[in-house]
Amino acid sequence: MDLKKILIIFIFYIFSSDCKSEVRIDITEGNVNPIPIAILDFQNNSLEMNSLGKKISGVIRNNLERTGLFTNLRKETFITEKVNFNRKPDFSDWRVTTAQVLIHGRIIELDNKKISLEFRLWDVFQEKQMVAQQLQTNKNNWRRIAHVISDIIYSRITGESGYFDTRIVYISESGLKTKRKKRLAIMDQDGANHKFLTDGSYLALTPRFSPASQLVAYLSYFGRVPRIFLLDLETGKQKVLGDFPGMTFSPRFSPNGERLVMSLAREGNTDLYEMNLKSMNLSRLTKFKGIDTAPSYSPDGKDIVFESDRSGRQQIYTMNLKSKKIKRISFGKGKYATPVWSPRGDLIAFTKFLNGEFYIGVMYKDGKGERVVYKAYLVEGPTWAPNGRVLAFYSQNKTKKNITNPKIKVIDLTGRNLRELITPSDASDPAWSGLLP
Amino acid sequence: MKKNVLLLVLGLFLVASCETTSGVGDGTGAQGYTGDGSRSSLQDYLINEVGDRVYFETDKHNINSSSAFKLETQANWIKSTPGFTIILEGHCDERGTREYNLALGERRANSVKEFLVSLGVDASRIMTVSYGKERPAAEGSTSESWSENRRVVTVIGE
Repeated sequence: MDLKKILIIFIFYIFSSDCKSEVRIDITEGNVNPIPIAILDFQNNSLEMNSLGKKISGVIRNNLERTGLFTNLRKETFITEKVNFNRKPDFSDWRVTTAQVLIHGRIIELDNKKISLEFRLWDVFQEKQMVAQQLQTNKNNWRRIAHVISDIIYSRITGESGYFDTRIVYISESGLKTKRKKRLAIMDQDGANHKFLTDGSYLALTPRFSPASQLVAYLSYFGRVPRIFLLDLETGKQKVLGDFPGMTFSPRFSPNGERLVMSLAREGNTDLYEMNLKSMNLSRLTKFKGIDTAPSYSPDGKDIVFESDRSGRQQIYTMNLKSKKIKRISFGKGKYATPVWSPRGDLIAFTKFLNGEFYIGVMYKDGKGERVVYKAYLVEGPTWAPNGRVLAFYSQNKTKKNITNPKIKVIDLTGRNLRELITPSDASDPAWSGLLP
Repeated sequence: MKKNVLLLVLGLFLVASCETTSGVGDGTGAQGYTGDGSRSSLQDYLINEVGDRVYFETDKHNINSSSAFKLETQANWIKSTPGFTIILEGHCDERGTREYNLALGERRANSVKEFLVSLGVDASRIMTVSYGKERPAAEGSTSESWSENRRVVTVIGE
């Protein structure tokens, strides 16, 4: 993948109009009725560019539709499929289609390698231009440009930052339960550009993306010793994270990517440690007879949230890294595990086990306002999209004497819009990247 | 010397009890190995004659009395058969989160290690590894399968 190769050139508001209330979605409310949008294929006179334009528009449509906030109008309902890029659209043509938003654009071949894309986003009812932008990139980078445009559209209409120009690292699974093959794999958030990162000759588990770089930390059984490895996605190189007596696992990067918090199990006791990734200095965070694991940083990097069975069963705790003061925040029935702090800072997602069922839920950072987002026979390991509005996790359902194979699911915080991520094989332990640089 | 004899007698007694309670061990566990000392022959003997695994209750890591009998047989055999190391593999059932199970598997493996060491097995011959819920012994998702999967398995080291 070509990173850092998208140039957003300029914004031209040639069709400005007075500020009336424009089309807007409040995504915290949980939109019952997705808003109808018309996305035209990006145009060009050459066949090759025209077909590339079609593909780009297709990716954008798919991204927006999967949010559950938008519904794409079918081409057959359009009065015209071509809109002159330099003129205001005839809005009456679009109002009859019920479209509230119109997106159209053109694609230009700059040279053998480079393309330029220009697009406009219109509020059909206000007859107002909401976005007009030009972007340049390499031809083979067309998917990323489609994601960047999707983010611009999503962000302009919802007021939230987008999450389409991101990737998901996860564990690809195959084979019998007793001899399960588990490989580290990566894909774009829409499932495209799938790639395996390990060969499956050893177990790979619980990958985590650095929010600030192209580093992935994961648990590897390479050499039959379970330890945390760091994999650099740009160079493909990996190394073991320090050499400790005992097993290191459950890694999580700090928001700036400079530190890593993890569990170290030794002599029957699992405690939390923090490692400075520059100096490789290790500091011990907890010292308690019991299991302290699944730590996750707050967005400012000053606190962590983690699970511990110090009370007798798994519950969620927060710790201030400076004062080392620990506070229990979960008090509900059942066992609480794998807390993950939202990138927005407001919520903590978690896994709960109660009366034979697993739940994905969210609570405020003081433990109040607990709310279930998803429930299944086995569901665990939530990960946040970088805008803190969408969660991914993996789940399995019960069959008569067994359970279904694990699949990654994506859900918005209202719990209304659930989608399965299509992967080449079974999939678990998803971890969302930040927005790509 | 006297103490050793006493331990051996105690060991034989426990093996005998073990036979009636779980059917594992043939009463000669401590002396009966006549193999060539290869890893596979040791492993076979461990599985078929000594008993290579003990089980745990949900979320627990304590050694119950039936496990104690089995581990005493194991300890006697290991002590009387020099020249190999063992790996204790800690496992859990699938009804738990991945990270917690990794920690719990380590905790179980360690409690077996401590028990074997308390019976006189040299700690330097023992390694532990946790597989959490990643390597179940039984495929199913029933309470029978889960009980089979909450285990520590003793494996001959390489």
